[in-house]
Amino acid sequence: MTLNTDWAVRWIKGSAAVVSEHRVELITLDREIGDGDHGENLDRGFSAVLPKLDDLPADATPGDALKLVATTLISTVGGAAGPLYGTAYLKAAGAVAGHAELDGEAVVAMLTAARDGIVLRGKAEAGDKTMVDAWTPAVDAASSALADGLGEAAILDAAATAAEAGARATEPLVARKGRASYLGERAIGHRDPGAQSSALLLRVAADAAAGV
Amino acid sequence: MKKLINDPRRVVEEAVAGFEAAHGDVVAVSHDPIYITRKDAPKQGKVALVSGGGSGHEPLHGGFVGFGMLDAAVPGPVFTSPTPDPILAATKAVDGGAGVLHIVKNYTGDVLNFETAADLAAADGIDVQTVIVDDDVAVKDSLYTAGRRGVAGTVLVEKIAGAAAERGDDLAAVAAIATRVNAVTRSMGVALTPCVVPHAGEPSFILADDEIEIGIGIHGEPGRERIKIEPADAIVDRILAPIVDDLPFASGDRVLLFVNGLGGTPQVELYIVFRRAAEALAERGITVSRTLVGNFVTSLEMQGMSITVMKLDDELEQLWDAPVETAALRWGR
Repeated sequence: MTLNTDWAVRWIKGSAAVVSEHRVELITLDREIGDGDHGENLDRGFSAVLPKLDDLPADATPGDALKLVATTLISTVGGAAGPLYGTAYLKAAGAVAGHAELDGEAVVAMLTAARDGIVLRGKAEAGDKTMVDAWTPAVDAASSALADGLGEAAILDAAATAAEAGARATEPLVARKGRASYLGERAIGHRDPGAQSSALLLRVAADAAAGV
Repeated sequence: MKKLINDPRRVVEEAVAGFEAAHGDVVAVSHDPIYITRKDAPKQGKVALVSGGGSGHEPLHGGFVGFGMLDAAVPGPVFTSPTPDPILAATKAVDGGAGVLHIVKNYTGDVLNFETAADLAAADGIDVQTVIVDDDVAVKDSLYTAGRRGVAGTVLVEKIAGAAAERGDDLAAVAAIATRVNAVTRSMGVALTPCVVPHAGEPSFILADDEIEIGIGIHGEPGRERIKIEPADAIVDRILAPIVDDLPFASGDRVLLFVNGLGGTPQVELYIVFRRAAEALAERGITVSRTLVGNFVTSLEMQGMSITVMKLDDELEQLWDAPVETAALRWGR
């Protein structure tokens, strides 16, 4: 399936649905090692995006749709997740600006820009038990998939699978950024809620590309 | 959990409406987006001070808006930083042409949202500087954490920087004073009970009947250790020692001693705490020359308190004593 604006809109609508569906799970993960607002805030943000999709012009590109997500999340989510996800979508939009359809290279560029944006804002590194621990494996897997000559949908699937593994791999870690870092060793055994929501959103991107 | 609320989703807007009705003599309120300004803002030629953060810590920050303190406060949802939009709107509303100082408690969300708002304000030609408050000694400040948290010391930063702005200091000078206050201020808290965020409906953590959390954060984040309850004097000694050792405060110093209630502890217990804290400082040869006791930086209905000690000099004493007229602090005017 072509990665055009319809795909981007399906990804965004699917993101709102999956965040709403996993709201309590994300709140629970965040209450264990943070302040318990991640599911609530992200749900508020993506719910606010939905009505704005109707205002996208007919000739909007996938980048335009992602930029709409970025500005809406920045103004509605709050907490740390608002600026972090907002920056991710903004940088992703910039990386694919002007493309009516995304090829494999554009997908990798989009994911890389999103990850770099999160690192720039949050200053976290791999292994700090943050969103970065889902995004960096996703970017690496997408790059390998592109090098192996796979198509766009398969590249996104590889990214989502790696993000899911990355989110699971945060469980044994001690957090070094964000509110969980105050817990020290008490964070061990809990999955990072930001890494988990990142994996969920990337899975929706892959599903939207696969026509699921 | 019993709460005096109507709808968990309308907690902040209804509280802000009540705040406006009660304190319209000193503040004005914008409802969309939500922010509170001093009634006579913008003050032309005066550096404006803007602070904010999650709600649930009242009277912080709205209660400190007014003459001699903040020009604006931006309340976010309970325990969640406001987004950049209202911070930007408040910054623009109070800018009197002399620049704006953002006073931000050191939490990842607050720092990121204020940073984004400051970038946007700068793009609109407003000179913004930011001071991060991180007075909580309970947290290790290292490469391995988000750094120390901003807690009750924030009130002292807002009061003294506000007085400096009121006397006509420029933006760089006000920022320098705020930084200096933060540098000589240390705090630590203790929780006897957890708090319940309205939309979560459940306690943010669990403490057994006979347990207390030493080094608690103002959102219920854990501190250094969980121990069995002790007499008040022993608890005070336990949290005062790391505060005094950290700066360090030394014999001959003059300090401001601030005992802050976290919301659910009665005033009578705060004075029992103050009594021992003052005595323990005197034993170390430290003179308490200014004081503050009460619920100023709270954590919803949490029982507990924090102790803050600020090292004073002549200028900081003068700025502390300078007139202030806000909902929560008023003197000299």
